[in-house]
Order: sequence, then structure tokens, then C-alpha cells
Amino acid sequence: MTRPFTRRGFLARSALIGCSAAASPFLTRISLAAAPWDARLVVIVLRGAMDGLDVVQPYGDPDYARARGALAGGPQNGAAELDGFFSLHPALGTLMPLWAAGELGFVHAVSTPYREKRSHFDGQDILEAGTDTLGAVRDGWLNRLLTRLPGVETRTAFAIGHGEMKILGGAAPVADWTPEVDLALSPQAMQLAERIMQEDPAFHAAFAEASMLAGGGMGGADKAGAHLEVAKFAAEQLRGDTRIAAFSINGWDTHGRQHKTLIPALERLAGTLTSLRDTLGPAVWGKTAVVAMTEFGRTVRINGTGGTDHGTGGAMVLAGGAIRGGKVHGTWPGLDEASLFERRDLMPTADVRAPAAWLLHGLTGLDRAAIEQVVFPGLDMGRDAGFLR
Amino acid sequence: MAGFSPDLAEIRFGCGLSPTIAPPTSTQAMLQGLQGPDEMAQRFAIDSYADYETWLTATRHLRKGEDPQDKRDKMQALEAFKKARRDQALASLGWAMQAQLRWTWTGTGFRERLVSFWADHFTAMGKNVLMRTGVAPYVETSIRPHVAASFPDLVIAAVTSPLMLHYLDQVTSVGPNSRAARRREALGGLNENLAREVMELHTLGVGGPYTQDDVRQLAELFTGLSVNKQSGFAFRPAYAEPGAETILGRRYGGDPARLDSVHAALRDLALHPATAEHISRKLAVHFVSDTPDPDLVSAMTARFLDTGGDLVKVYSVLLGHPAAWAEPLRNVKPPQHFVGSAWRALAVTPERVAAMRPREIRQGFDRPLATMGQPWLTPNGPDGFPEQDEAWVTPQGVAARLLWAVNVPQTLRPQLPDPRAFVDQALGRFATDAVRFAAAAAESQAEAVGLVLASPAFQRR
Repeated sequence: MTRPFTRRGFLARSALIGCSAAASPFLTRISLAAAPWDARLVVIVLRGAMDGLDVVQPYGDPDYARARGALAGGPQNGAAELDGFFSLHPALGTLMPLWAAGELGFVHAVSTPYREKRSHFDGQDILEAGTDTLGAVRDGWLNRLLTRLPGVETRTAFAIGHGEMKILGGAAPVADWTPEVDLALSPQAMQLAERIMQEDPAFHAAFAEASMLAGGGMGGADKAGAHLEVAKFAAEQLRGDTRIAAFSINGWDTHGRQHKTLIPALERLAGTLTSLRDTLGPAVWGKTAVVAMTEFGRTVRINGTGGTDHGTGGAMVLAGGAIRGGKVHGTWPGLDEASLFERRDLMPTADVRAPAAWLLHGLTGLDRAAIEQVVFPGLDMGRDAGFLR
Repeated sequence: MAGFSPDLAEIRFGCGLSPTIAPPTSTQAMLQGLQGPDEMAQRFAIDSYADYETWLTATRHLRKGEDPQDKRDKMQALEAFKKARRDQALASLGWAMQAQLRWTWTGTGFRERLVSFWADHFTAMGKNVLMRTGVAPYVETSIRPHVAASFPDLVIAAVTSPLMLHYLDQVTSVGPNSRAARRREALGGLNENLAREVMELHTLGVGGPYTQDDVRQLAELFTGLSVNKQSGFAFRPAYAEPGAETILGRRYGGDPARLDSVHAALRDLALHPATAEHISRKLAVHFVSDTPDPDLVSAMTARFLDTGGDLVKVYSVLLGHPAAWAEPLRNVKPPQHFVGSAWRALAVTPERVAAMRPREIRQGFDRPLATMGQPWLTPNGPDGFPEQDEAWVTPQGVAARLLWAVNVPQTLRPQLPDPRAFVDQALGRFATDAVRFAAAAAESQAEAVGLVLASPAFQRR
């Protein structure tokens, strides 16, 4: 498929019709932006409540097989062995080389402070707000992080993909883009659009920037590979001035036939992580931390339709060359009925914000007080469990 | 000094220029239109909230009809439940299309703009799968009939609506010392969410003269506001916190708890001078400029206070003020209004809409609006969508508008208009040489029409 509108083509044509995109103040500012810190952070919101027990399977727990019934995994059922107690869902098997290299890890039995009502809407809101309670703030914790860091420019943080990322919403400037916006108009239409936008500086700056972002060699994002386009776009930005990228992977709400319905979401997650690593290249991947979080876990027991319902404790995924992988972090609460939350859900033994907080601390150098008061107000980060290398 | 002009009236205060419907002839005509019959609501109907509640109740029964002992019955009930949800999603798409047709064919564009403004000011949404489609019926019942009423009436209608009580957690708020709480400890306690947002967003404004104590007191007064099993409004004295509450220095309520006391407090909040200023400024920002003339805001505020919040009188000051007619065009249309005014410029017919398949609507309406940053009736939070132009003039937003403008109009109107004539139809006297040039020079009709719609002259108002 031809890309009629590459960045180079755009600049050349712009010059021909008497306007250089490089002269746009918006673009100049971006190209001169100094990176405030060097590490890279990718935050993935797994929307729909990922079943942590089916992804990182505690097959070594004596109550696991009985509690999980038909959904019981473990190496004897095709899962990949992790550490003798946990195994990895077979649909993530392609990630085992990352695990072996210490570039993939997990934190188990974590949750937000949200309890009891188990609403996706509320759960995601509190996960992205990073607060103890619902409705306490209107901005997201990644945005509050930016307000505390020096040298932040619009391109420092990118919200990517279709759908809103409240986690990055707030006062600090952030960029957003979805590779679905494929500005594949005829070259002549682009020239004419350039001409009409020139009449309005604000529209012109935004249009010029859009033209550059769309010209980065992305495909038209066919439905099946949309998540890979997002990952590639994120990686391309992170190779440049961008330091934080956030996007979503949906499809975790497996109320029925989970042995089938969970697989597409896991494959998207695996494909995303692999694509990030491949596109970032060894140097940038080496200073990258990826963290994937979900609003809550799912019930320990399976329901009447071969799936699981909304629960509490779940798992988070860590990846990247900057993290200390090859390890399932966290305190395991056990699966006997008395150890469950409300006798149905995995008991959370840690706040899902704490590992994220330690990553922010290590990657950006932001001090602990600012993280506990501003980024995650009310959080006690506890002891550093060594999530980073 | 600038003054009324029909083109500007339709662009800035209405739904944009139409090739077939004449713009208003005077500000008086615009105001009279608000007080006349609501023809668009009749012609392009959207379910009332009562109809919606009937559906909700029936669907909840379906879901509860599951029998855990009998697998077959459970599967049947689940299938029926899923079908009800699918049907409702289709109905919801249909309501969005009705709203677009209202924008396209109204002779009273100012009314559609006010409905949109107040629906956003009083943002409410469903927080679970079943209630997610309730926004359009909420707006139809609790907002639309009140846009030319008094502000206190509008506040009461919106704040005590079942969807708002659900959205801002009032339904779970219980007076800690209420009869119900003393009987069952598990009921929980006070939830301040609605009380806070009423003060911060709906009435006084975030800078308003209220304290945390006022929020707490109002939350206590609100206990008892609830919804019944059929999702209709209910006032439950048993859940109300005993005793009177003091809000902004005034006492309300007592024993027994009565709904009238809640209404009295809402009325007083709605007529507070801080509210008058907050609402007047927000209207001026929405309709005129992100940085409105202070004289315009103070004139509106004064009329608000003089008339007990008579909204038509406040609109009258807005439309009568020279600052409201200042040129050039300024505010950027939010995506919903950009798409609506493009439909109007294209004169999309009800027959064409009736023939659209759900997939076509999702591809040509739902997804593009979300990519432009304004998913249909679904803002980020109770503060609604942003008013500031910068929120919309982003790389992604501008690119998504351009793509929509070039690709979607041909599906809305298979025989596109002649682009050279379309420049004048869509832009009136705000057409520029660059747009005329582009419309004549484009390779295809679709690109030509798209460039007219994507032009800053069409995007601003």
C-alpha cells in the first residue's frame, strides 16, 4: 500500500506551496524539547478486569485445582512453568524468552483500594485517578506525575489509541494520537487542506503536527492488528523525545467460556509487548519499564457459564529491560476459603499503586513524599521490593 | 458596532446554515421559538425516561430470571437478556440519529443548542451496562422541556432525576442516624458526591462561597432522595438523616424529612449571586468566546438575579448585547456540533437515515466522534466536555475532523452538492478565497465538500 503522505513528502510539498511546516512554532517547540529524564515508561490499562489467577496460575497452591475446577491450569495442562509455584497461561507462551531474560515479571494479589461494588466504571476510574476513594480528583496519576517533573513538553507523554485515557488527563500538557487516524487523502487534497488551514494558526499547527504523526509509515490499522499499530506508534515516539506512553488493551471481561474468550486478549497483550521490544530496539528497551494494570481481578470460582465474575485481587504485569523480571513479586494470600476476600475473591495483599510508585520513583527520580502526597495521595509505598534492576 | 445578522445568528447560536431552512430574522424570533411548541421533539422522537425505566425493569427481570439449578433455563434467560441489551444498543443508536435529524431540520436551532448546553452542564450517565443507554432519555425528560424555564426549575428537574441520583451515588447515600441505618448497619452511610457536584458544578461554581461543612450538610439534607425498584424517583424519609441542616447559613428541613426542604435548598442555591455569575459566564463562554466581555457577563448576571433566574430573560440579554455579535468567528465547534452542523449543511434526509445499518452509524458517527474527542453523550466526568478551544484543536482532533469530512458525507448524502455552491450554502458570508479555491480545485466532489467542512471557517462559530 502506498503512503501518499510521508513526512518528507509533506515538507517538500509544503515548501512548494509556500509554507514550511518546520516554521510552525508548534513543531519547532517539539523538535527542541529536551528530554527531562532518560528512562521510558509504558502504562497499559487492561480494561474489563483481567483474571490474574488464569494468567499467572498459582498451581502450587493446594486449593488451586479444586477452586478453579474446569479452568485449572498449571504445567500439566499446557501452561509454561515459571517458578515451581506459578505457571503462565499458554497464550502468553511467546513471552517466555522475556521471562528467561529477566525482562518479564508479575506482581500478584494486588488491587486498587476500591472494594465491594465491583463496577468496571468505578474500578477503572479509581485505577486511573490513583486515589483512595472515588471522585476525589478529576485528573489521572500519570498527569500529576508530569506536573511534578521538570522540562515536560507536550510530547513527553503520549496517550495512544482509540478511547479515553483518564490516567493521563489533567493540567500537564500531553499529546494524544490514535494510529487509526490514517490521513491517507490524495496528495492534492492534503495540499488544499494545508492551504485552507493556513488561514487559522491554531488549526494549522494542529494539522501540520497530525500530518507528521500520520506520516510515520503506519499502516491503515486493519482491525486485527490495531493493537500492534498502537504498540509500534508508542515505540516510535519513545525512541524520540517521548518518555511516557499510555494506552489500553480491552477484552478481559470473561464472564463466559473463559478457556476460549480470554485467549484473544492475552494474544493482544503478548503481541503488544513483543512489538514494543522489537520496535524500541535493544538500547531503548533496556531503559524501558512496561506496567500493565487492570481495575480488579475476578472470582476464584468459575460461574455457571464457564467464566468468572468481577472480583478483587488480581495481577499486574511488568516488562522491559529496566525491570527486574523472572520473578512473581507479592505476598501470596492462599486460596482456601477463609483466606479469600468475602469468601469469593483473591485477597489483595498489596495496593496496586505501590509497585507503580516504586517504578516512578526509580525511573524519574521523583521523591517518595511527592509520590505519596501528589501522584498517589494517601498511598504508603511500603518497602521497595526491587521492581527495577 | 456589531449587531444581529441572520447568518451569524444561525452559525453562532443555532445549528449552522442550512440550504433549505432560513436563518432567524431577529433575536425576538429566536426567543419566541423557544417558547413555541417543540416540533423537533414531536417529529424525531426519543424515548422518555419513563419508557426507558419500563425497559430497564423488564430487562432486570430477565436477568434475575436465571435459575442456577436449571442450566437450560439459565441459558435461555441469558440469551433473552443479551437480546434485550442488543435491542437497546440499537435503540440508543437510533436516538443519536434522531438528535442529528433535529439539528438538521430545526427552524429553532437555538433550542437544540441550549438542550446540548444544559445536558452537558448537568452531565449524568449510567454506570453499569444496563443503564449506559439512559442518557438520551434523561436529557429528553429532565433537560429538554426546561431549557426556557427558570433556572431553579431546571436544577430541580436535573438533580432529582433518577439517572443523576444513580450517577452521583445519591442512591447509596444513607443518613447515618436515619431509621433505616439504625435497623441495618450494613446500609452504609453518607455519600457526598451529589451534594458536592451540585455546589461545585451545577450552581455556585468551584470558586463559590461554600465550605466542606456546607457540602456535608447538603449531603445530609439530600438523604432520602432515591429511586424505587422501577428506577423511578422516590423520596424515602426512612433513609433521611434526622434534624435540620444549615447550608450557607440557612436552615432547611427537620422532622419529618420532606422533599419540599430539598427543593427549597436547591432553589436557594440556584438563585445565589455566585450561581448567577457562574451560569452567566458559562453561557457567554459557550456561545460567544472563551474569554467573554466582562460587561456581557455582568449584564446577564444582573438580569438573572432580577428575574429569579428566568432563563429566557437571561438569553435575551445575551442575544441583545453587541459583544455577542462580534466578528470574526471565534469559538471552535465541539465535535458533536461540528458533525451536527455538517449534517445540516448537507440536509441529510430522514429517509436516508432510516436506511442506515447499525454498522454504518457506528463507523460514520460513533467512532469518528470518539476519535475527535467527544464520544456521544459520554464526557469524562460530571464536569462535562471542555469549553476551551484548545481541547478540540489537537492534531488528532483536526485530523479526525478532516477525515470525517472527506469520507462520511457521501454516505449521508449519496448525491453530494456542487462544491462551488456548497461553499456559500455552508459558510454564507464567512466563505474565504482559500476555501473557494480548494472547493474548485479538488480532484473529487467528496474531497471538495470535505475541505469546505474541514475549513476553519466552518469549524468556528
